This record gives sequence, C-alpha cells and structure tokens, in this order.
Amino acid sequence: MASSITIENVHAAYGAVRVIENVSLRADAGETVVLLGTNGNGKSTLMKCIMGIVRPASGSIVAEIDGEKHNLVGLQTEQIVDLGIALVPEGRRLFPKLTVEENLLLGAFRKKARAQIKGNLDFCFEAFPRLAERRRQLAGSMSGGEQQMLALARALMLAPRILLVDEPSVGLAPQLVSRTIDAIKQLKDHYQLTVLMAEQNFTQAIRIADRGYVIVHGKIAFEGRSADELNNNDLIRKFYLGM
Amino acid sequence: MNTLSFSAIATAVGLAVLAFAQWLGLDYFYFAGYTILQFIVLATAWNILGGYCGYVNFGTAAFFGLGAYTTVFMYKLYPLPIPLLMLMSAVVCGIVGFGMGYLTLRLRGAFFSIATLAMAVVVQTLVINWDFVGGSRGAYILHPENLEFAGLKVNYIVYLFVLMLILAVVALASARAIERSQLGFGFATIRDDELAAEACGVPTLRLKLIATTLSGAFMGMAGAPFPYYIGYLQPQSAFALDYAVNSIAMPMIGGTTSWVGPLVGAVLLGSAQQYATVTISSAVNLLIVGLMLVAFVIIAPNGLIGLVQKRLRRGPP
Repeated sequence: MASSITIENVHAAYGAVRVIENVSLRADAGETVVLLGTNGNGKSTLMKCIMGIVRPASGSIVAEIDGEKHNLVGLQTEQIVDLGIALVPEGRRLFPKLTVEENLLLGAFRKKARAQIKGNLDFCFEAFPRLAERRRQLAGSMSGGEQQMLALARALMLAPRILLVDEPSVGLAPQLVSRTIDAIKQLKDHYQLTVLMAEQNFTQAIRIADRGYVIVHGKIAFEGRSADELNNNDLIRKFYLGM
Repeated sequence: MNTLSFSAIATAVGLAVLAFAQWLGLDYFYFAGYTILQFIVLATAWNILGGYCGYVNFGTAAFFGLGAYTTVFMYKLYPLPIPLLMLMSAVVCGIVGFGMGYLTLRLRGAFFSIATLAMAVVVQTLVINWDFVGGSRGAYILHPENLEFAGLKVNYIVYLFVLMLILAVVALASARAIERSQLGFGFATIRDDELAAEACGVPTLRLKLIATTLSGAFMGMAGAPFPYYIGYLQPQSAFALDYAVNSIAMPMIGGTTSWVGPLVGAVLLGSAQQYATVTISSAVNLLIVGLMLVAFVIIAPNGLIGLVQKRLRRGPP
C-alpha cells in the first residue's frame, strides 16, 4: 500500500530567526528521497516540522499512509508517530543508560507497535545480528556505528510506513557511514518503506537515492529528478565539491 | 513480585514497625517516627518527578504547605476526620501540580527548578495574606489527647503515626508499581533524552503532567495531618525550605532510579536529623543535610543504590 509525504510552501522560524522559507518537496511511495545540504541550512528543522516537534509558521505537510491522507500540521508528535512515521534523530539520541534490548522495546512504546513487538524485535535482531549479541549491553557503551544501527532498529520497532532519517553519518568513520547507508537501503526494501533522509555526505547519500533536493539557506536550491541529475549538477559541484 | 504481594509485604513491615513501637511504649518514638515517615512520603513523591523523569522540583514546600493549609482551612470551616482531609489535600495539590506542570514544563533543567522555587514563594505569600487561615499569625489546631476506636483508647500521636505509616506504604507501593509499568518506562525515556522519547512516540507532555500531578498529590497528603501533629501552624514552618532541601537530598543520597533510594535516604537522613535534634540542636539539621549531600556527591554520585549496583557488577561474573 502506498505511503507518501508531501510538503508544500512550509515556512518555519525559531523566534525571529527564519530557518525554512517556502520549502516544497515530496517523497512518493517506495521512494528514497535525500535532502542534501551542509550544516545550518534547515534540514533538521524540516524533519522536526514533519514530526511536529517544531511547528511551521505556515504551509502544509500531508502524509498519505496506506492510501489515507492526514494533515500533519497541528498534530502532536505522538499522534504523528501513531500514524506510522518514524524519525531516526540526528546524533542517534539513544537512551545510553538502558540496554540495547530496552532501547528497542522503547521504540515500540505506542499501543499499535506493542501488538507486534515480538516479531519486530526478532526482525531487528536478524537484520542487525550485532545487536542480538549485545542485547544486554548498555547502549551508551557501544561504538558509534553500532549505536547508529540501534537507532535505526529502534525506529523500526514502530513498524513505520515512512522513515525519516536525520544525518545518519554524523560522527561515524567513512566505512561505517557506507555500512549505515546500506542498512537503510536494505530495511527500506524489506519493509517497503518510503524514506526521506537528510544528509551532508553527498557521495554516500546519492548511492541509494531515487531523487533528491538541495537545500541552501532554508530554500530548495535544486531539485534532482533522478540520481543522475544530482550527480551532474553545477550547483552541487559548487557547494559540495568545491569545483 | 507483583504490586499486590509487594503491598502485602510492605504492610507487614509497617505492622512490624507499629508492633515494635507498641512494645517500646515510648511516645517520643511516635513523634520522631512520624517525621521520618513523612519524609519517606515526601522523598518518594519528589522522586516520581525528580528521579524518574529527571525534573528537579524545588517546590516541595509549596505542596506540603498547601496540603497542611487545606487542613487548616477545613478545620476553620468544619473539622473533618484526617483521612478525609488527606484525600482533599491530594485533590487540591494534584490540581496545583497539574497546573504547575502545564505552566512550567516547557522549561527544562535549571529553569524548571527556579520556576518551582518561585511557586513556593508565591503560595507562601498568598497564605500569609489570607486572614481566614490565620495569615502570618498562624493558626492553632486543637486535638483531643486520646481517640476511641471500638472501645479502645488510642493516643492521638499513635493515630497520626499510623496514618502516616499507611500513607508511606501506599506511596512506596505506587512508586514501585510506576517504576515497573509502561508509565515508568516512559518516564525513564524523558529523563534520558526527551527528543528521542518524542521520536519514539512517547507522549512526553502527558506523562510529565501525570508525574507532576501524582508527585504533588502525595506531597499534599503528607502535609495534611501536619497541623494536627504540630498543633500550631504558621506559614514559616509549613513552607520551610527544609522540606524542599530534604526531599531532594534524600532521594539523591539513596539513589533516584528506584523506589528503594528515597526510602533508604529518608530513613538515614531523617534518623540522623532526629538524633541531632535531641543531642545537639535542631538548628544543625540543614548542616547535616548539606554535609551528607556533599559527601555523597563525591563518594557515590548515584546514591547508595548506585554504589551497591556498582559493587554487584564488579563482583565475580
């Protein structure tokens, strides 16, 4: 069943500081869409707008979950999570003093997710065998890569339809970034998710992207309708590659 | 062990304490014990918000004092039995806790703490200027020396002691039940990382409001019998800083992550204070609290519970 998200003309600000100006983008069913941009351009804020953590000043955010449309603006974060939209927050944000297993169980805090807790837990341990080995270990004592895997797995415990991933590469070694990106692709294929990923690491993000947007100073500077278009673009060369 | 059997055991322990007190036959034991039990309730109530959710509340005195003044108000209006007054105080302080939570929970960390401290001052000022409950003059609450229960003559202090004992058992059983429930799990996520909690779909605001309401209600219940205990209540003693400081220090010394912490901390610190009151002077109470807090921050930052857990973990695998 189709799940997609459409953002139209969204403005957002922290007090007087405008962070997002007139942003429109969409992620269609089964797509992996990347949101590219360097630090401080509004990627995370946009993610927070979708999740209802930051309330946009204007504009609409509509999610279609299994064919049913929901307007997300004005909903509480827990209601948005209930709809089947999960966020992997920037910097992982695990519960460091709880064990791996407890972190995962907390992912399924919502009633709907609790019903399928057993199956999802098994799947997470199957997808990330490392986590199964460390299920009794404190989350804070694992390596950065393992923590990122746990953050992904925790979001999956919600059995989401749409997955938002905010900068999965933060603080990871290049090899681990690559592995994390691969993991996102695998999970997407298995669960038939729609993925919206904010990322700075252009070359890694583009590997799994169907489409993408470049966000500069809170505005969409470029829309790439395919991975190729993103790859061969002057703006991206200018902004990222310094050419 | 489920909540029911825990409650049964806690009740049995409570009865044992009561039997011991009867065997001792010392009125002073009841007086001192009442204060310690009262601090067990206050520390446990504080810990629901401060320990489980990580929101440090400096406003214990506001709730305690409000509970006490609910009793004074009713005493002037129409004296009711104390158990009823406790329920009324619970309702009043639960509502105030809910309101305080709603107004202040956008604030985090030190800002939240300062807001709660300010609330204690506001409530105290209101009571000082409210003539009906005695204002700054205070109010006398008279009680008979003895009570009759089914033909049995009971000393009034024993009655108060038993009430507080029951409340302590209820508070501890509730705290323990919360700790092991979905609710307690949610509280722990708020303590560890509120943003991550929201991303997991934890309804953080609702849970925090539940915590402030419950915490406030228990503090109010602890305050309700206080006017009968002390006989003469004035704002300075009902809203004393001692309550705020003690109910923070006790869970910290015991350990904030479990119901055992506030219990151990309250018994330890409460007894030390009672001992000091008798042997040295009641003025050194806060000094003892301060010194113990400093010592524990250095030796055992996670409280006695943390110290024990560390030992267990380090032991043979």
